[in-house]
Amino acid sequence: MAKVEKKRALTEETLREFLREMLLIRRFEEKVEERFRAGDLPGFLHVAIGQEAVAVGVCQAMDEGDIFASTHRAHGHTLARGTPPTAVMAELYGKIEGCSHGYGGSMHLYDVERGNMGANAVIGGGLPAVTGAGLAFKMRDEPRVALAFYGDGTTNIGTFHESLNLAQLWKTKTVFVCENNHWAESTPGWQHSPVSDDMSKRALAYDMRSIKVDGQDVQAVYEAAHEALEHARSGAGPVFLDVETFRMHGHYIGDPQVYRSKEDRQEAADQDPIVKLRERLGLGDDEFGSFDAEANEIVEAALIFAQNGTDPQPEDALKNVYA
Amino acid sequence: MPEMTYREAVRDALVEAMRADEDIFIMGEDIAEMGGSMAVTQGLLDEFGAERVRNTPISEMAIVGAGIGAAMAGMRPVVEIMYEDFLTLSLEQIVNQAAKHRFMSGGQVKVPLTIRTQGGAGWSPGAQHAQQLEAWLVHIPGLKVVYPSTPEDVRGLLWTSIYDDNPVIFFEHRLLYPVKGEVPAKLEPIPLGKARTIREGTDVTVIAMGPLVHRSLEAAAQAEEEGISVEIIDPRTLQPLDEDALVASVKKTNRVVVAHEAVTRMGFGAEVAAVLQYKAFDYLDAPIERVGAKFAPLAFAPVMEQFVVPHAEDVLAAIKRTVGK
Repeated sequence: MAKVEKKRALTEETLREFLREMLLIRRFEEKVEERFRAGDLPGFLHVAIGQEAVAVGVCQAMDEGDIFASTHRAHGHTLARGTPPTAVMAELYGKIEGCSHGYGGSMHLYDVERGNMGANAVIGGGLPAVTGAGLAFKMRDEPRVALAFYGDGTTNIGTFHESLNLAQLWKTKTVFVCENNHWAESTPGWQHSPVSDDMSKRALAYDMRSIKVDGQDVQAVYEAAHEALEHARSGAGPVFLDVETFRMHGHYIGDPQVYRSKEDRQEAADQDPIVKLRERLGLGDDEFGSFDAEANEIVEAALIFAQNGTDPQPEDALKNVYA
Repeated sequence: MPEMTYREAVRDALVEAMRADEDIFIMGEDIAEMGGSMAVTQGLLDEFGAERVRNTPISEMAIVGAGIGAAMAGMRPVVEIMYEDFLTLSLEQIVNQAAKHRFMSGGQVKVPLTIRTQGGAGWSPGAQHAQQLEAWLVHIPGLKVVYPSTPEDVRGLLWTSIYDDNPVIFFEHRLLYPVKGEVPAKLEPIPLGKARTIREGTDVTVIAMGPLVHRSLEAAAQAEEEGISVEIIDPRTLQPLDEDALVASVKKTNRVVVAHEAVTRMGFGAEVAAVLQYKAFDYLDAPIERVGAKFAPLAFAPVMEQFVVPHAEDVLAAIKRTVGK
């Protein structure tokens, strides 16, 4: 496993920005949970509460022009990459103003302008595409990287293995970000993977470089992601970013988590990346409270925007089938 | 007009397209040094190099999926799935990803990907190398499906498919590769969604695809000897489908046979029959006849294989039934 080199020292001011971003994602998802339970939101949703440092650390390390594929748990990645909370919330409400114009929903957030090539509701569904996009960047000699987020559960599906193999074989400009939150829906890592204690072993099989990082430490994530991205960007080959993180809530909103012990949930709660960063920055109640109030204000505004958004016409359902 | 085989016509379209646009590249199993398992891509490695003629691992999900990603990143990849039976391995990427990115993004993304594949019976490959699965793909909104039967069409339609901004599944037939035909001296693109009248006639319309176009020509010649005038229409593209051309022919002849090598049940002919009974109900003088493979996997022993797949005589028998002979 490669050791993380600190290429860019983060200032305290930047870390405060990261905290505000993480808080925004947290409050956004809590609001989404609330509105879903209240029956406001159609479909079903997955939140990534506890995994905000991964979204912010990785997305902040990306350059303009880099692209990414996300998963069913995509709110954080999308917000962290700069899609306005209004557009994300409007999408969850199925409005035209949504970032996928009401065609996608929570599991299919897109924002091509900001490099979001789609959140995918099929496990591993986006991995071959980032391999191909990374190939295109290499063939055209473009200084861009294609990155995929996915979970530990994805490491067992065929697209994962086929993608890693092809990416390494062709040295595509791709970064594979494994958010190991220890759960594949309700199935714990030890039940689904023989290498759940060290996901990097998956990369080893493909002779791919891997970098292991604590996903609850946003600075560490940022630095590791930066290193991975620059490695891929240089043409040296893809990187497997092995990020250990914790899912503080259920698989989906409303998941009673009967499969999970109180101790396990407490362990995840003890790893709250926002608490950790706040402690590290030594923020008192006043300062943290003002960040929090700011996040809540943005989320409230996004909610009002979404609730007042424009409903698509039913027959719009037949548009955008073909280019 | 010069002559080309169907195989040469596919190759020519690839070569011309790759010469015209650097964003076009091809990838697939054994397509480089070997020139493809059907020898379609012979010589392309020499002309375009290993960057643009990429041998892949045996890895259908990654082949199609990487094509999707490269297409979304602005290129126009043409990927080859060696046998359409192996499309099954990449269906997740085709059905959930390629077909839906544009839609799910609300129109932000396009996927200009062409997936070439081939199949077909008649040489005893057994049950896993000869299926005709085109109807599956027509069922998926967001995909275009092309199935040419002649050198001229395969050449012009492949060009258009490559330059189409949507994912196109491009079906070729193994037994058609050596078939020769006249082609324009200079490649002429053929629009998707336009049927071709292969043969004009007045008594019965045969709507045929792939090798059944050729078998229907044999059947039509025999029918003519018996005084039956047969019109043959090849839809060429199954999605979009040139319904107007099919309907116009049926309004003229009042009798229809649909013919393909795929299994009859739920084959593309079922959709054609449904369209025609609805749009030309008052013009039909006989039940619509369907010709296709019997409902069994393809057996290895030639005598069994030949029993299952449709032949010219099956088309002829269907033609005769429609005119009550």
